[in-house]
Amino acid sequence: MNIIVCMKQVPDSETRVKTAPDGKSLDLSAVNFVINPHDEFAIEEAIRLKEQFSGEVTVLTLGPERAENDIRKALAMGADKAVLLKTDANFSGDVAHALAEQIKTMPYDLLLFGKQAIDEDSSQMAQLVAEMLDLPCVTVVVKLDINQESKVCTAEREIEGGKEIVEFSLPAVIGTQKGLNEPRLPNLKGIMAAKKKPLEKKEPVISAATTEIVAIELPPARPAGKIVGKGADAVPELLRLLHEEAKVI
Amino acid sequence: MSILAFAEQRNGAFRKSGFEVASEAKRLADKLGTSAAALVVGSGIEKMAAELGKYGITKIYVIDDAGLDKYSTEGYTQAIEEAVKKEKATIILMPASAMGRDLGPRVAGRLKAGLATDVTHFDTDGGKLTVTRPVMAGKAFQKIAIKTAHQVISLRPNVFRAQENPVQANVEKLSIAIKPARVKVKDMVVESGKKIELTEADIIVSGGRGLKAPEHWEMIVKLADALGAAHGASRAVVDAGWRSHEEQVGQTGKTVSPQLYIAVGISGAIQHLAGMSSSKYIVAINSDAEAPIFKISDYGIVGDLFEVLPELTKQAAQMKGK
Ligand SMILES: Cc1cc2nc3c(=O)[nH]c(=O)nc-3n(C[C@H](O)[C@H](O)[C@H](O)COP(=O)(O)OP(=O)(O)OC[C@H]3O[C@@H](n4cnc5c(N)ncnc54)[C@H](O)[C@@H]3O)c2cc1C
Ligand SMILES: Nc1ncnc2c1ncn2[C@@H]1O[C@H](COP(=O)(O)O)[C@@H](O)[C@H]1O
Repeated sequence: MNIIVCMKQVPDSETRVKTAPDGKSLDLSAVNFVINPHDEFAIEEAIRLKEQFSGEVTVLTLGPERAENDIRKALAMGADKAVLLKTDANFSGDVAHALAEQIKTMPYDLLLFGKQAIDEDSSQMAQLVAEMLDLPCVTVVVKLDINQESKVCTAEREIEGGKEIVEFSLPAVIGTQKGLNEPRLPNLKGIMAAKKKPLEKKEPVISAATTEIVAIELPPARPAGKIVGKGADAVPELLRLLHEEAKVI
Repeated sequence: MSILAFAEQRNGAFRKSGFEVASEAKRLADKLGTSAAALVVGSGIEKMAAELGKYGITKIYVIDDAGLDKYSTEGYTQAIEEAVKKEKATIILMPASAMGRDLGPRVAGRLKAGLATDVTHFDTDGGKLTVTRPVMAGKAFQKIAIKTAHQVISLRPNVFRAQENPVQANVEKLSIAIKPARVKVKDMVVESGKKIELTEADIIVSGGRGLKAPEHWEMIVKLADALGAAHGASRAVVDAGWRSHEEQVGQTGKTVSPQLYIAVGISGAIQHLAGMSSSKYIVAINSDAEAPIFKISDYGIVGDLFEVLPELTKQAAQMKGK
């Protein structure tokens, strides 16, 4: 089974946010980058499926040169090869289109995505790419079973207040969610092997973006909170404030 | 130009976010000097559609088809595509609910439209629409202009007000030949009990590791019940297996925007704040006066939750006359 995992490199979740002088982007100079945490579930699932069915796992990333660092980590986890669609740090083209155009040139049975990239929090890429490639797509997947012979897949996806169980055939696109698996840590052997695994760098196919960032702003600081008091004695005052001042109960 | 609101229903009842989207479509249409229509999709839903008139929507499209009984990305995308054509709509609004998050990008792809997800604010200065959406887990806000002929926008639940504004609505049924879905819903597992859905709740009581053991969770449930609230959990509690991931609030859990969020025994890690910092009022109960949660709280009690919670539950119940 050939699996492509779309993986993004993002600032880690502890990052302190600063806006850049252009007012439209973030100052990324002092940022520590990581594999998008949601994408670790996609990488792990791909490796497990490969172990089960054999085949090849390819990591696909659109991003700047520095993304190589985290692509190597995915290779160290057990992916076989990677493609980096190399761009500037602030790529302004259509990412979904660039990914879809690249995917069209590769063999695949399954495309795996994370639920969302934790920098822009869009939660859109899996469905966008699926639509461009005219493939079925199942998002927020917490359980995935593939029947070896029939290639029929059963997946569980999270919805409000429960789960949906769906059935579909390959080729398909899956958006992964926490709960699907426990991503492994790369071991030393994996890290050594990753250095020699093939990583192809190329220019993405660029088409104009459909949206434009006009500004990026920091949220207004929350006014310093009020410590109502200590211990159970503070309860009546807290309830009074919630009732009379905040008017929320 | 016109605005089309996709009013989400499940099992024959509108979601609260469905009314929010309808109300915002009307408000936006007034600001942009255009009209707002709504779309209801499902099976056996023709009767309920007129209810949207309560929210100022005069034109309601209904696509009622046995094949749309259960949500399917492709079936619902086709339905929206047809309604957009019929209405000549250029702005398509939907909730950023589980359904809307799945559906929005597919619809945008189909219409070759720009997409903005999880939007919390609109600007219409000079008749030009820009939308605001939180990024970096709420640590920054992006203002976006969509440059395509069609614009698809999903609205964060609980942020936009559902506003009653009754009008006489004209319901029009559209019949379309729904293509068979490639992804078939086989079953639905609904969590037992009539719990209040986290993302739609007005009040949320959340518990963290400070509760020390799963058997103390009952204290969170009791306070939530006294306040008519939903209950949520920090990741520490979910990872420890005390609560299910369903209830997790934060970067890898749910994003919530209630009127009131009460954090009990939660330290306030940045990834937790990511999921709840857009709450209107935040209350923290924590024994450590230095806990970061106090920095973003409107009101705090420094103290042992095992003393504070029972008292708070008792007095809140009295106040609510329970
Ligand atoms: C990539 C990533 C994603 C993450 N996603 C999430 C997420 O979605 N949601 C999330 O919540 N976390 C998330 N985390 C984890 C997060 O960093 C914290 O570890 C977690 O939120 C801590 O949970 P907690 O506040 O319950 O526990 P702790 O941090 O252990 O806090 C417990 C608090 O209880 C207080 N306390 C103890 N005893 C008492 C008492 N008797 N009375 C009153 N107070 C008491 C303590 O003072 C302390 O402040 C994520 C982390 C990473 C790296
Ligand atoms: N630049 C990118 N390169 C590769 N994959 C990406 C990129 N951006 C997003 N993705 C994938 O799409 C998923 C959803 O991202 P988003 O829709 O941007 O929130 C991520 O979890 C990744 O799997």
